[in-house]
Amino acid sequence: MSLLTVEHVDARHGQLHAVRDVSLTVNDGEILALVGANGAGKTTFLRSIAGAHRLSAGRIVFDQRDVTATRANRRVALGIALVPEGRRLFGGMTVEENLLAGASSRRTGRWNLETVLDAFPMLRPLVKRRAGDLSGGQQQATAIGRALMSNPRLLLVDELSLGLSPLAVDQVYESMQAVIASGATIVLVEQDLGRALRVATRVACMLEGRVVLEGPAAAMTRDAVTQAYFGLHRAAHGGAA
Amino acid sequence: MVNELVQGVLLGCYYALIACGLSFMFGVLRIINLAHGSLAVLAAYLVWVIAEQWHISPFLALVIALPIAAAAGWLLQRTVLERSLRAGVLTPLLSTFGIAIVIDNLLFAKFGADTRSMAPNIGDLAFTSWNIGAGVTVGQLALITAVVAIALLGGLQLFLARTPLGRAIRATAEDPDTAELVGIDSRRVYAAATAISLATVAIAGTFLALRATFDPYAGSAQLIFAFEAIVIGGTGSLWGTLIGGIVLGIAQNVGSQINPQGFLIGGHLVFFAVLAARFFLAGRSPRSVVRALLRTSA
Repeated sequence: MSLLTVEHVDARHGQLHAVRDVSLTVNDGEILALVGANGAGKTTFLRSIAGAHRLSAGRIVFDQRDVTATRANRRVALGIALVPEGRRLFGGMTVEENLLAGASSRRTGRWNLETVLDAFPMLRPLVKRRAGDLSGGQQQATAIGRALMSNPRLLLVDELSLGLSPLAVDQVYESMQAVIASGATIVLVEQDLGRALRVATRVACMLEGRVVLEGPAAAMTRDAVTQAYFGLHRAAHGGAA
Repeated sequence: MVNELVQGVLLGCYYALIACGLSFMFGVLRIINLAHGSLAVLAAYLVWVIAEQWHISPFLALVIALPIAAAAGWLLQRTVLERSLRAGVLTPLLSTFGIAIVIDNLLFAKFGADTRSMAPNIGDLAFTSWNIGAGVTVGQLALITAVVAIALLGGLQLFLARTPLGRAIRATAEDPDTAELVGIDSRRVYAAATAISLATVAIAGTFLALRATFDPYAGSAQLIFAFEAIVIGGTGSLWGTLIGGIVLGIAQNVGSQINPQGFLIGGHLVFFAVLAARFFLAGRSPRSVVRALLRTSA
């Protein structure tokens, strides 16, 4: 069953047309990996779904409800949570306070302070530490935990591994297994193609603001995704997208 | 000299009380509320009117005035400040300046130029003091003011640290966009913060009316003292505001001992010294700051 339907969405940064006529559906329990080069429009698209970026055209329907004009904080209350690029933690607040801030929408469900700390055990000894003092991997875990605290039906994760050491990426992905096992619906923006294909049930590739390739992860070859990623499929077909 | 220091500390606590709302509002909304002093005077008139009309104690009148002030703060945020904030950094300065002018002149139109005080409403409490030896006297009202200031600042600090709304206020103050993304309604948080700020302004205005005289144009002096206390103590820090107020109070009292005109000058000198020190510590001279400002405005 479709949880999120995005119809002909356009989003701009001033003169820059960042997302062009994107339509996409995310089904309940699905993990959609959104891949693409820098500047492909992935972050803008994800922020548009979360309500942090105003659309210039199109419609977003979440759980049979049109949320196009709904403010970001109300979308969290409806069940959409974003782990933003760069983590964007409240650096002056402790890890515990950051996690509790994530529960501001008062949605109930399986995620609370204890279950989040169980899923991300690396955070347990750090709960009283200032979030701004943590390492990149610890900050990413806190950011994911903060999003989970709102008990989302749809978790949007922007650039999970960006700026992290390989070891930290392994730790974060290991912890993400608990989230995936919970049956969460996830849209994951990821630069690391290999990891994206391993984790996802479906893959969509964006190029210059458009979705140029979409399909089940199992049926997707690394070559096909790589070609779409760099726009090589277009060159191969005489410039047609 | 010890007595002057004690009096300076007590006076400083009053300044901290006056500055509390300004500091809170700046810390959360990043607004320098130029109407702060006028709002304190407005609150003083409100409490005075309630006390006079119903023949009740000013402290009881304050209890009645608190929710009115909080509601006014909520309304002020939703109708004026919220729109001003969207229009850039300078617009809230202009709009709060405009609010100050409107308040001052409305008060003048309603109450005239007469100075008033609520000291007569509290009888002996206004002037009774304890002699605690070594030539040191502590005024009862001054001590109550100090206790209220410390309790208010401490209470606000606890509120910010321990309550969900306090956490939401801190999160919104740090990053309003991300706060929205974690489910915090930043508009509601801003309105709540302004309501709290104006409730503290009502308390400050009451103590202004109890310890001194006030008139419709008394707000600007209160704003200057509050602003100096905040700058000395560090912007946006509540305990810093208390320390800033105390330093200002001591400087004024010591200044008045050196020269009768030194009361205000002593405070201003410390304020400028701290401001200059901050510029130098930040690696910029006041001259370079002035040059930068001139370049910006050119």
